[in-house]
Amino acid sequence: MASPLQQFEIHPIVPIHIGGIDLSITNSALWMGISVATASVFLAFGARRRALVPGRWQVMAEMSYEFIANMLRDNVGDAGRRFFPYIFTLFMFILFGNLLGLVPGAFTYTSHIAVTLALAMTVFVAVTIVGIVKHGLHFFTFFVPSGVPALMMPLMIPIEIISYLSRPVSLSIRLFANMMAGHTMMKVFAGFVVPLGAATFGIGGLAPIAMDVALTGFELLVAFLQAYVFTVLTCLYLNDALHLH
Amino acid sequence: MELEAAKMIGAGLAVIGLSGVGVGIGNIFSSLIGSIARNPATRPQIFPMAMLGFALVEAVALYALLISFLILFG
Repeated sequence: MASPLQQFEIHPIVPIHIGGIDLSITNSALWMGISVATASVFLAFGARRRALVPGRWQVMAEMSYEFIANMLRDNVGDAGRRFFPYIFTLFMFILFGNLLGLVPGAFTYTSHIAVTLALAMTVFVAVTIVGIVKHGLHFFTFFVPSGVPALMMPLMIPIEIISYLSRPVSLSIRLFANMMAGHTMMKVFAGFVVPLGAATFGIGGLAPIAMDVALTGFELLVAFLQAYVFTVLTCLYLNDALHLH
Repeated sequence: MELEAAKMIGAGLAVIGLSGVGVGIGNIFSSLIGSIARNPATRPQIFPMAMLGFALVEAVALYALLISFLILFG
């Protein structure tokens, strides 16, 4: 039986090598393209009719828009409206990556630390630049907690700085670990089907299949929840940068 | 052979951290049920917060699980 981690292997589909750099189109890149195309079609066709009384498709497109717009308004306030396109793109990219990864045989690109760390670093660098542009050097008072006695400062400031620097790490590992662990768990249960079925004339194989069905439902919840958490935390970081404390 | 055995034991030990996660998730949902029972009208506001807390705690469980997988298959 193949290892449960075999599903995460990246292999090139169209090998491209330019000047010693490997630019091959891999299965990861292919599924990123598919998810971007799916998200674009979903929104473009949802917004095409622009009916006053929306149909089902338009309602779904509007709901996804309003979901992020409300999240941004609740967490950042009016100052966050300029960042709506970025936050919305981030949410849709992660959500469609998670959801399409659940299709049997598909590749989940969010289960790779390389992808999630790139997303998290983009958020981290962008938020820091926004903070510095808005507040200038005053931004660095962010690391000085208010209401703390001066004696505690040498201890508190390094802690604040470390917790700030660990944001991209926790943000990326959370998404990647959730996706990887979920898919591995499903594969482990799928691996029980044949041995258990062979030992009990086929009846015992039904239990792991039922477990996998339940897990698929749970993974759908996790796929949405992790996209939501990633976006909410981005909003919170943005709020910190825009309003300091 | 001892390395294989040590790997198995280590993978088992790595998921002990899940006990803390169990306590955490139980805590989140007990507070959620308690607050909804006290004031059902606040449900729309506190449910997303509970889900956020649940996802954050569950991520901690997956860090432990990840270490265990890395020991077993890595």
